[in-house]
Amino acid sequence: MRNIRAAAAVTLAISIAAGVTGCGGGSSSGSGSNDSPKTLTYWASNQGASIEADKKILTPELKKFEKQTGIKVKLEVVPWADLLNRILAATTSGQGPDVLNIGNTWSASLQATGALLPWNKENFDAIGGRDRFVDSAVASAGAEGKDPAAVPLYSLAYALYYNKKSFADAGIEKPPTTWDELVADGKKLSKDGKWGLGAEGSNLSNNIHQTFVLGQQHGADFFDADGKPTFTSDGAVAAVKQYIDFMAKDKIIAPGNAEYAQNQSLTDFAKGKTAMVLWQAAASTFASQGMKPEDWGAAPVPVASGTPGQGKNVNSMVAGINMAVFKNTKNIDGAKKFVKFMTSDAEQKLLNKTYGSIPPVRTAQADEAFSAPDLAVLRDTLAKSAAPLPQVPNESQFETAVGTAVKELWADAAAGRPVTTESVKARLEKAQQTMQQ
Amino acid sequence: MTATVTTDSLTEKSDRVTSRGNGGARRKLPRIPDRIRQGGLPYLLLLPAVLLELLVHVIPMVIGIVMSFRQFTQFYINNWGGAPWSGFDNYKIAVDVNAPIGEALLHSFFVTCVFTFFAVGLAWLFGVAAAIMLQENFRGRGFLRAVFLVPYALPVYAAVITWAFMFQRDNGLVNHVLHDQIGLTDQPSFWLIGDNSIYALIIVSVWKGWPFAFLIVMAGLQNIPRELYEAASIDGAGIWQQIRKITLPSLRPVNQVLVLVLFLWTFNDFNTPYVLFGKAAPENADLISIHIYQSSFVTWNFGTGSAMSVLLLLFLLVVTAVYLLITSRGRKGADA
Repeated sequence: MRNIRAAAAVTLAISIAAGVTGCGGGSSSGSGSNDSPKTLTYWASNQGASIEADKKILTPELKKFEKQTGIKVKLEVVPWADLLNRILAATTSGQGPDVLNIGNTWSASLQATGALLPWNKENFDAIGGRDRFVDSAVASAGAEGKDPAAVPLYSLAYALYYNKKSFADAGIEKPPTTWDELVADGKKLSKDGKWGLGAEGSNLSNNIHQTFVLGQQHGADFFDADGKPTFTSDGAVAAVKQYIDFMAKDKIIAPGNAEYAQNQSLTDFAKGKTAMVLWQAAASTFASQGMKPEDWGAAPVPVASGTPGQGKNVNSMVAGINMAVFKNTKNIDGAKKFVKFMTSDAEQKLLNKTYGSIPPVRTAQADEAFSAPDLAVLRDTLAKSAAPLPQVPNESQFETAVGTAVKELWADAAAGRPVTTESVKARLEKAQQTMQQ
Repeated sequence: MTATVTTDSLTEKSDRVTSRGNGGARRKLPRIPDRIRQGGLPYLLLLPAVLLELLVHVIPMVIGIVMSFRQFTQFYINNWGGAPWSGFDNYKIAVDVNAPIGEALLHSFFVTCVFTFFAVGLAWLFGVAAAIMLQENFRGRGFLRAVFLVPYALPVYAAVITWAFMFQRDNGLVNHVLHDQIGLTDQPSFWLIGDNSIYALIIVSVWKGWPFAFLIVMAGLQNIPRELYEAASIDGAGIWQQIRKITLPSLRPVNQVLVLVLFLWTFNDFNTPYVLFGKAAPENADLISIHIYQSSFVTWNFGTGSAMSVLLLLFLLVVTAVYLLITSRGRKGADA
């Protein structure tokens, strides 16, 4: 019996050791190698109508790259709902792809993990230089003062989309340029079961994007220079309250929008139930829901007064997708070549046209295709009046904490509970206290 | 022990058969050590299961416990070993009910307790009631049994997503019936945000959980001798008395396990709130599993999240132990 126990103990010890080393063997603090120069793994984000559509769009381009360099790229398109968790798992285990797409708002958070290749001068030079990219797009690829953790791939910005027929029926001649005008127009449009503006109240990211822009217009940054949260500043409170008041006070957003999180506001817009939405590159969605291009218009997102520009008149976040390389790749030169290929003028024009986004590469942006009315609004916004979300390591916590606070405030407004400066401040205070440094 | 003795004696018997059958050829076979041949075989056969159990359950659990003592944020996920040890700091944050994180965890704990009480209670009640009703043989019984088991057979995600659609305020079926058709409410209600969210959660959980209770109780009912009912009926006992005096006492051992299993599943349920509400559940339906998920995966603070998980594990262990102690004592008392 004693022998059996000893044998069992040995087995247990061996298997624990094997398990622990198996799990812990993924430290990826190395600086990359060229051990496997003929293959690359690439995780693409879902940019097209479906995963399959993305595969169809990207596969011929990857073949082109293979023909040029002899490097075979293994593609996996990862849905947005899974992408961040997959990246976190890959970072933890060290078993990730060589090259991957990341949402640009995650840049600083992922940069802090130290798993991504920093784009210093040498690396940027390998893909044609940092100057090729629009400044605001590079600014959304990592914390200020640090080498970017990624390279901009597709850029997007917010615009105000409006239904031309609804506007004509209500006797409104042109889209609003200030919030006061938007509220006044919204009130004219909100009648007979129709509403002025749409919102995605339960979508945390969308809540953040909208309140961030309003915050900028109120002079609030949500973080101070040291990266400490300042969610309860007067500007931040005023910004959140202004956004919720579109439903609570101005009554131009339908109460039902408080629970929207799956782009239902776009469906409402396409059905003519809502006359305006603030969205990034919504054209392809509208078209897929049966709208014709002449049915809607796109205009810059309103500001408090004056015209959109830098400083207080920021009217969009810099939205977009960045391309990153895992530091521990076994094909570092191949990975850089692939990034160079994807950010080349030809690929930038082709892919951004297909996806309805704007190229962050200056020379590609100049292409005429990006001067179509819808895209011109996005392009000009990006160039003149967009700012990146706070590039701080705990950006992800910020999105969750403040996004949830705004969601709860929508629920209050929808239930008819009063939304006051104090109630907004209390929610934001709670959100700020849950942030850990 | 009985099983071991049986297996041992079987092994001995088969040894004898082998030695008789093979005769002289036996020596050429590689020699299996006596101790393995005599007593080790069951352990050898158990080894794959033990290894998998270690790999799937024990090791992740141990790693989780280790993580809970470290400051394991996004700065260290790339290099686990570098995460500084933080002693009980994560636990202090989690249990400090005067600070927002601890307060939110406590609130989530209470919400989960209330939710579990109603979800388990109702699932059990429906399961027992349905099983008793289907005890008698009648036309269509098989069909009803099959229909009752459908929620249990459906994939959780598909089922809960369907419920999420039905609970939508503007286009959902629930409001269509309650508001548009019956006119029970002045205005369409919100089910997926705000105060009603806990009701939505309980409804879906009960809908999903009661068929299991039904299945187990139905199996338990098969073991009650019919004679007991016949005797009771001759003595003039009505249907309620029969249920109270015969059915429920006979089902007691089954119910003890059933309630424990339902409790553990419901208390830990992640899929239902996640699919119904997404990453941020409304305050009134902020179940502990999703709260921990948000505290670790969404905010990338795995140390605090792990500490919360360990606390949850301890709580469930204590509850289970106390429950088993009480119920086994009760059983011993009944046996005596």
